[in-house]
Parts: sequence; structure tokens; C-alpha cells
Amino acid sequence: MAGESLGFIFLNAAVINNFVLALFLGICPFLGVSAKRATAWNMGLAVIFVMLVSSVSAWGINWLLTRFEIEFLRLICYIAVIASAVQLVEMMMKKFSPALFRALGIFLPLITTNCAILGVALFQTFREYSFLQCLAFSLGAGVGFTLALTLMAGLRERLELSRVPDVSQGAAMTLMLAGLLSLAFMGFAGLGGQHA
Amino acid sequence: MSLPERHEAVTADTFLRGLWQENPVFVMLLGMCPVLAVTNSAINALAMGLATTFVLLCSSSLVSLLRKMIPKQVRIATYIIIIATFVTMVDYAIQAISLDLYNALGAFIQLIVVNCMILGRAEAYASKQRLGATLVNGLGMGTGFTIALLCLGSVREILGAGSLFGVQLFSDNFQPWVVMILPPGGFFVLGAWLLVFAWYRQRRERRLLEQEGVTTDGR
Repeated sequence: MAGESLGFIFLNAAVINNFVLALFLGICPFLGVSAKRATAWNMGLAVIFVMLVSSVSAWGINWLLTRFEIEFLRLICYIAVIASAVQLVEMMMKKFSPALFRALGIFLPLITTNCAILGVALFQTFREYSFLQCLAFSLGAGVGFTLALTLMAGLRERLELSRVPDVSQGAAMTLMLAGLLSLAFMGFAGLGGQHA
Repeated sequence: MSLPERHEAVTADTFLRGLWQENPVFVMLLGMCPVLAVTNSAINALAMGLATTFVLLCSSSLVSLLRKMIPKQVRIATYIIIIATFVTMVDYAIQAISLDLYNALGAFIQLIVVNCMILGRAEAYASKQRLGATLVNGLGMGTGFTIALLCLGSVREILGAGSLFGVQLFSDNFQPWVVMILPPGGFFVLGAWLLVFAWYRQRRERRLLEQEGVTTDGR
């Protein structure tokens, strides 16, 4: 895994093995915040930032833990770092863009329990990426998440205008849509490396 | 300072609520990521369900025991640390019991930490109730979660691989519906299950309305 080029890692995380549609990470915000395109886009940006920060910190922590041979503390350390990173973003956003802060509401602190973020930290550890590879990987994952979220929001805005049977309104319809989107993304598998 | 705790009496309902009325997957849509990701075979689904149930039970009973000692401001962080501890235990235990299973589930065992269902139970139930009620409720929720995972896992395995728990069900003529064990299949099957439940609920409501209509007419 150590020899992969940065471009490939980025592309792989962003579209081929898209975090939401192929690996099922971060489904909760994907279903929860994808009702409006503007909110989805901003949520995506916040997630990209948190991912970058936590990925860099996770890389540092892993190096430190391996040095002292206490890897079993990895999970606890990672989750603590992610929680602080989210807190940081929350404070920054409250100061610089209160409107956005209100729009994201409960989903901002919930980024802490967004599996995509912890997923990035864990996958990069399993695959033993170098520092630069970690950066490319987390950036790709964030871009992929934003892409999926924005696409989904666009689809759902269209869906509002169409007539849907009563029974399937709400979550069932959204999941079917997500299935179709995921089917479309499977086409990217032809681009290269397939490992989940 | 805070409101006096209102303890819930332990009844059958405490357990059953998690199975049907408040089923974490089908009703509350919590913890979706493992639900979709590891249900490509029934055995993976069962293992994931049991692991999550174990973590849920242990963490919520510890939270319930410590509920008077945890300061309000740092409670979420405390819950997450408690959950992470038990997840690390489960992670190493599965690794020791079955390496195949560990490789199949991959990072998703460690990702139990961010399963919103567990944190949700800790925050909404365990931090307010006595140990007994918490255990019964947690067991109900865990069972509901496991059943839901099995529902998805078995349908996906039967359609996508023609087998159940690794046992072949059909003759060689069966053409497996491979897309069902691939990611899109997860979305489709969960969507289909939700449709079934929505249909059932709607029909029951309509029947109740009709019954009421009959009684008012009879008067």
C-alpha cells in the first residue's frame, strides 16, 4: 500500500471507493442534511476541514503510540482528537458565520459521531499511509463526501416536485434514491483499484 | 439543582419497546452505517449485532452506575470514552476468537464507537434510570438491532449469493443477484424493508379508522 501515488489515493477515496456510497460511512448526515443544496454544501465543507485536522492529528498520534507501544489506546485517542476538532470548528463557525452555524444546527456537534471521520483515521492507519498520503486520502474522502451530499440534495430537491406514492414517502424513498446513486457510482470502479 | 429522577418501573414493555415500537433501525433510523455496510451476509450481520449489543449493555450499565458522579458539562466526552473502552475490548476479543470474521468486518468493529444508537441510549436513557431498567431496555434495543441486521443480512445473502449462513439454498441453476451484496443492494433492501413497515402501519391505521367509523355508525 505504501507505493500508491497521491493522485490515485485522492481519486480512489473521492469517487472509486466513495465514503458514503461505496463504504457506507457517514450515512446519518447523508440522510439528515441532504434536504437543501446550500446546507449540504456547507456541511460538506465543514466535514472536509474536520477530516483534514483529525487526519493529521491521527497520523501524529499513531506515530507516538507506536513509539511507546501502546496501540490499544488508539481508538480512545482518535475519538478524543476528533471531538476537540469538531469543537474547534464549531467555535470558529459561531464567530465567523453565525447564519451557517444556525443552519447546520444539531448536525454540527454530530460530526463527532460521523463515522466517515473516524473511518478516515482508522483506514489510514490500517493502510500505513505516509504523511502526504494521509493528506491526499483525507482530502479525497472529504471531497467525495461533499460530492455525494450535494448530488443527493439536488436529487431530493427535484423529488419534492414529483408525485410519490404515499407509502414510500420519507426515508424509504430517500434510501431508494441513494441506492440508484450508489449504482451509478459503481461505474467508477472501472477506473482502478478495488479494495474496501 | 437538577430535577428529581423519575425512575421507570421495569415491565415487559421496557424490553419490547426496542423490538418494535422504537426499533433503532426501522423506526428511529439510528446507527445506519454498520446496518448497511456489514449486512452482505447473515453471519456478518449476526456477529455485528451481538458485538453492538454487548457494547450497548456494558456501556449503558456503567453510565447508569456512574450517573450521579459524571459532571453534566463533560458527560458526552465521558460516555464516548466509556464506549470506546468496551469497543476496544470487543475488537481484541473478536480478533482472538475468529480472525476470518475480524477481517470480514474490518474497521466496522472499531466504528461501533460512533454508532449513534449507543450514545443515544447513554444520553437519553441510561443517564436517568436505575441499573435494572437500563439493562432490560438495553437488551431490548440490542435485540431489536440484531434482528434488524439479520433481516437485512439474510435477504441480501439469499438474493445475492443464493445461500443463508453459508449454506447453499438453491440448485446450480440459480443466477445470483450479485448487486444485492454490493453497496447499492444495501440501500435497496433497507428501503424495501422500510416500505413494508410503512405499508403495514398505514393499513393498520386505516383499519382502526374503519372500525371507529363502524362503531359511530352503529350508534
